[in-house]
Amino acid sequence: MKEIFIDKTAMFIDRISKRLPDDVLEKLRAMSEAERAPRAKALYKCMLDNVSLAAERSRPLCQDTGLVQFFLKVGSSFPLLDDLDDCLTEAVRRAYVSAPLRPNAVEFPSERNTLTNVGDGVPFIEYEIVPHSDKLEMTVYLAGGGSALPGRAEVFPPSVGFEGIARFVADAMVEKGINACPPLVVGVGVAGCMATAAKLAKHAMLRVIPSSNPRPEIAEEERILKDILDDIGIGPQGAGGSSSVMQVSMECAAHHPSSMGVAVQFSCWAFRRGRIIFDRDMRATVTSHGGIEL
Amino acid sequence: MIRLTLPVAEKEVRALRTGDEVYLSGRLVAGRDRVHERIVTENILPDISLEGGAVFHAGPIVKGDAETGFETLAIGPTTSMRMENFEAEFIAKTGVRLIIGKGGMGMRTAAACKKYGAAHLMFAGGAAVLAAERITKTEGVIWDDLGMPEAMWVLDAESLGPLIVTIDAEGNNMFEENKKKFAAAKEAALRKYL
Repeated sequence: MKEIFIDKTAMFIDRISKRLPDDVLEKLRAMSEAERAPRAKALYKCMLDNVSLAAERSRPLCQDTGLVQFFLKVGSSFPLLDDLDDCLTEAVRRAYVSAPLRPNAVEFPSERNTLTNVGDGVPFIEYEIVPHSDKLEMTVYLAGGGSALPGRAEVFPPSVGFEGIARFVADAMVEKGINACPPLVVGVGVAGCMATAAKLAKHAMLRVIPSSNPRPEIAEEERILKDILDDIGIGPQGAGGSSSVMQVSMECAAHHPSSMGVAVQFSCWAFRRGRIIFDRDMRATVTSHGGIEL
Repeated sequence: MIRLTLPVAEKEVRALRTGDEVYLSGRLVAGRDRVHERIVTENILPDISLEGGAVFHAGPIVKGDAETGFETLAIGPTTSMRMENFEAEFIAKTGVRLIIGKGGMGMRTAAACKKYGAAHLMFAGGAAVLAAERITKTEGVIWDDLGMPEAMWVLDAESLGPLIVTIDAEGNNMFEENKKKFAAAKEAALRKYL
């Protein structure tokens, strides 16, 4: 059973390094068609041609295959709960060889590349235990270096309000987002401290496209943030264009009366995130990429 | 559209203008952070000539080894701005005339481009298989002690592109101009929507 799980997960990582999720590809195609600036259109063509070529040649679509991150919603009676750490780490090792993924795990402070894509705390694994369930729902994200760079978090006095949040996000986008391979996916988290906000920002970024926050007042703020970021005109690859973000997603928690953590996380256009569900017999259902059978 | 073959002559590079679309053929090298450090800070030069050549800011995925032969599977550009502290001296020391990467570079690099007759060109970030298709041969690796992403790879290209000129030898800098535009547009957008 363990062996089946490791094999299927390794194969899944391999496949998502080579193919964009259906929602992301659809969004990119729509943005490419809507774009009017000739240079931006030419760059979209490069990206979409690259997606087709990667599928044809069965190659990772970007050379930066990232660090592998897992976000788990795991049932308390999922049979492999006790072994997940080991299984997921082994799956990364295997995908690294099969895809192949670029060796990206560099240990600190020696600055030595482990050459296996596995190292201290890598892959990153986040657990959320779901009571009364025997299933595992897993989001796998290949976190590239370029789009991690503009991420930032800060704690503000709550009086800065939405205006302060909007400026914080727009600053990150203009100062560093240009080099993060736009059009970008933007996740914003608001919570009691820096770390809780950063966690929510990550979850927000991983949301399906299109989607909006279930609370209407937050959904409205997501729309406004997207309008602001698009209006800046960064365009694909920072070369200018009419839109620059695929989606802005926000997740919010209550904050302390005197401090409010705000964080923003970005993903590049090559947003390699997959979702897969395992049942107790290790039958897998891929929900992010139509046609992948494991 | 402009076609160039490496090594390029100074006058070919001086004729380029920001926004031009270039397709590049011939032998070039991939080199990023550590290659720049090695040449500029550690003062060690590779045993091939880069005179009139091109450096591609990229850390590729390469299959194979020196005995069986290499194949570049994916090679997209990395952020050129990380090399800003090194590039002017890198150009002076190696004689490269074309720098290829993602996004733009700063004023020090632009000044060096003007002085020595060099240019910076961008390729679409993430379009790594598209670029690999234009690499006809992976000749070999220099300094493989730096690891796959950081080593210097010697590559033969055929019509690598489209590359867009972002810094020309006149001192024009497309991304510096864009940055000013974006900063102004950001203030306008914040005023408009808030």
